[in-house]
Amino acid sequence: MEFLNAIVALANYVLIPGIAYGSQLALGALGVTLVYGILRFSNFAHGDTMAFGTMLVILVTWWMQSVGISLGPVPTALLALPFGILGCIALVLLTDRVVYRFYREQKAKPVILVIVSMGVMFIMNGIVRFIIGPDDQSFSDGPRFIISARDFKRLTGLEEGLGIRTTQLITVITAIIVVALLFWFLNKTRAGKSMRAYSDNEDLALLSGINPERVVMMTWIIVAGLATIAGTLYGLDKSFKPFTYFQLLLPIFASAVVGGIGSPLGAIAGGFVIAFSEVTITYAWKKVLGYLMPESLEPSGLVQLMSTDYKFAVSFVILLIVLLFKPTGLFKGQSTT
Amino acid sequence: MTDTVKNTALFALVFALILISGFFQGWNNALFILNMGIISAIMALGVNLQWGFAGLFNVGVMGFVALGGLAAVLIGMPATPGAFAAGGLGVILALVLGSLTIVAAVLVYKRMAAGRTRNLVIAAVLIIGFFVFRAILDPNVALIEAVNPASTGYLGGLNPGTEETYRTYGWMMMIAWPVGGLFAAGAAWLIGKAALGLRSDYLAIATLGIAEIIIAVLKNEDWLTRGVKNVVGLPRPVPYELDLQSSAAFIERAASMGLDPVEASTLWVKVLYALLFAAVLGVLFWLTQRALNSPWGRMLRAIRDNEVAAEAMGKDVTARHLQVFILGSAICGIAGAMMTTLDSQLTPGTYQPLRFTFLVWVMVIVGGSGSNLGAILGGFLIWFLWVQVEPIGLFVMELITSGMAEDNWLRLHLIDSAAQMRLMTMGIIMIVVLRFSPRGLIPEK
Repeated sequence: MEFLNAIVALANYVLIPGIAYGSQLALGALGVTLVYGILRFSNFAHGDTMAFGTMLVILVTWWMQSVGISLGPVPTALLALPFGILGCIALVLLTDRVVYRFYREQKAKPVILVIVSMGVMFIMNGIVRFIIGPDDQSFSDGPRFIISARDFKRLTGLEEGLGIRTTQLITVITAIIVVALLFWFLNKTRAGKSMRAYSDNEDLALLSGINPERVVMMTWIIVAGLATIAGTLYGLDKSFKPFTYFQLLLPIFASAVVGGIGSPLGAIAGGFVIAFSEVTITYAWKKVLGYLMPESLEPSGLVQLMSTDYKFAVSFVILLIVLLFKPTGLFKGQSTT
Repeated sequence: MTDTVKNTALFALVFALILISGFFQGWNNALFILNMGIISAIMALGVNLQWGFAGLFNVGVMGFVALGGLAAVLIGMPATPGAFAAGGLGVILALVLGSLTIVAAVLVYKRMAAGRTRNLVIAAVLIIGFFVFRAILDPNVALIEAVNPASTGYLGGLNPGTEETYRTYGWMMMIAWPVGGLFAAGAAWLIGKAALGLRSDYLAIATLGIAEIIIAVLKNEDWLTRGVKNVVGLPRPVPYELDLQSSAAFIERAASMGLDPVEASTLWVKVLYALLFAAVLGVLFWLTQRALNSPWGRMLRAIRDNEVAAEAMGKDVTARHLQVFILGSAICGIAGAMMTTLDSQLTPGTYQPLRFTFLVWVMVIVGGSGSNLGAILGGFLIWFLWVQVEPIGLFVMELITSGMAEDNWLRLHLIDSAAQMRLMTMGIIMIVVLRFSPRGLIPEK
């Protein structure tokens, strides 16, 4: 019984939140890694692209709620998602046309593109704050829990409850579908193959008649889709605040680099590595250890390795270790030196 | 038009803008813009040293600025009575043990042969070290934070005065400025050791992370900075307004200039700050200008323009990068300490990367990377715009919506959001400059 309680507590506070957060990071990191693989720069505007897409989803969701469209038990935001993606694609393609294309034609150094993306970040951040304001917005509806901690306790008779929020389940399901679609696209379709070819070797791809502008356009479309989905899932699960999305940039970059930047599979692995490290290191282990250890050895403190405010430190330290000891990342992305 | 004429005209334009804001919005406001403009110019000088001279991509400016602010607290505030006795030694012991753990891990890494044994030993050293560190740190931190938590609850600083008299040691704040530089330099050394030599965008991500961590430390380590409870009432190197207003000589002088003593005192304090800051800016400008034109500066630019060639000529690229990274960060630290002095308070919650890192980057890019004069101009100009975009935005919005009904939702929303215009404006300025004048207003020669 003690052991089961420990497992349930672990699942409730570490595993489930970790999986949901990891899926969100993985989707974000996929966007960063695709931009890096095809356009060859670290996109500082990615967090704000996510915020922009999510903002559109929120606005459409509010409109749907006001006219009474709903999906029953599933959050209305999922119905609004396609509209958000379309809007985000429009903005991103416009940005590419007006801003980035010029530098691509000039063959500017990657670092110039990074600085340009800082400018884009300012503008997108400004647009989001201008339209929806800098405050917290909540847009989740429908039932909050698939199974609440109290029901779980009643069903199983355990001391510990296991709560699964609707948004957590939706996050995982959506992430699986999106990733499956993405990999199918990259590996099986002609367009996806041309993207991978372009990422591996630009010159050879050009020689074999791949149109670079088409590849870049497809990349941006996919990136906008991924960013909107990742942002919406994060917003449903937690809450939407423009500044938080900007701050997500760090764990997202860390995930992409840890997995091996430029490698889609690595981005997913990196997302989970970062998410689980953050959750385990900032979780107070007192409860779980209390069940597992004999009474006399029960820990007196919280057994929290670091306070939750240091979660950035965790992703950063992992990032640094990977950069120093395995610069290509876990999945052999492009070298970082 | 020669360069000198053009540069003078540009600076004259910026100062004219500040003067105009003085006529329309009051001189207190104009002097505030000027003072923060000087501090921004110093930050821009630091970033320009790293990016303009050496091509190092540092987006952790906020962290170094905040460390400067920490120095201002640790130098300027009086020691909390009893706090050090309660847990000071324990905290220091814990910090020493913590750093020894890391040194030990690095030594093991360097001395032992690669393999599983080494990894296990390193892991063991780090884990045991971490638990010993926490075991000693936590109780002592609790002791310090228990000392009068409502008003202190932290160690305090080196100011020899007491709660009542520490304000008379205001000159100590000027010591805090170089100390802030030293703090930032120390942090930069650590980061540089680990992260320099990575590709430029990875250095960027690494510095972005470091800055967030420094802010997290300032926010959470209450024994050091009182965290989000803020340290207020720092002493200042210039007289207090109230003292001036009670001085007969000052009132007389103000009256002879036709000024009301209250307004005169606030202006005079700001003028004194401006003079102090301008002196620092002058010294730093002279130093960076000398550095730019010295063989050392030429070497840095050679490394920036072609790292491989410079290395082939026998230049130690990594060492030069580390040097310039430390120097540039130190300048940002000095600026941070000055800013905290001007504010008379340290508020860790207000440090935001958009304001303290990326805005400084806009200053450098707009001013002209690689040119010290450009960085200073960019600092003043962008700071001026940062402050003024809000009222201008509000004015524009009122103008646009003047035809709409008073309670039209669009009108209300637009006027409400006008405050958010500044980020967008900065982004547009940055992108336009990068596109049409990538070398900035005062290009590098």
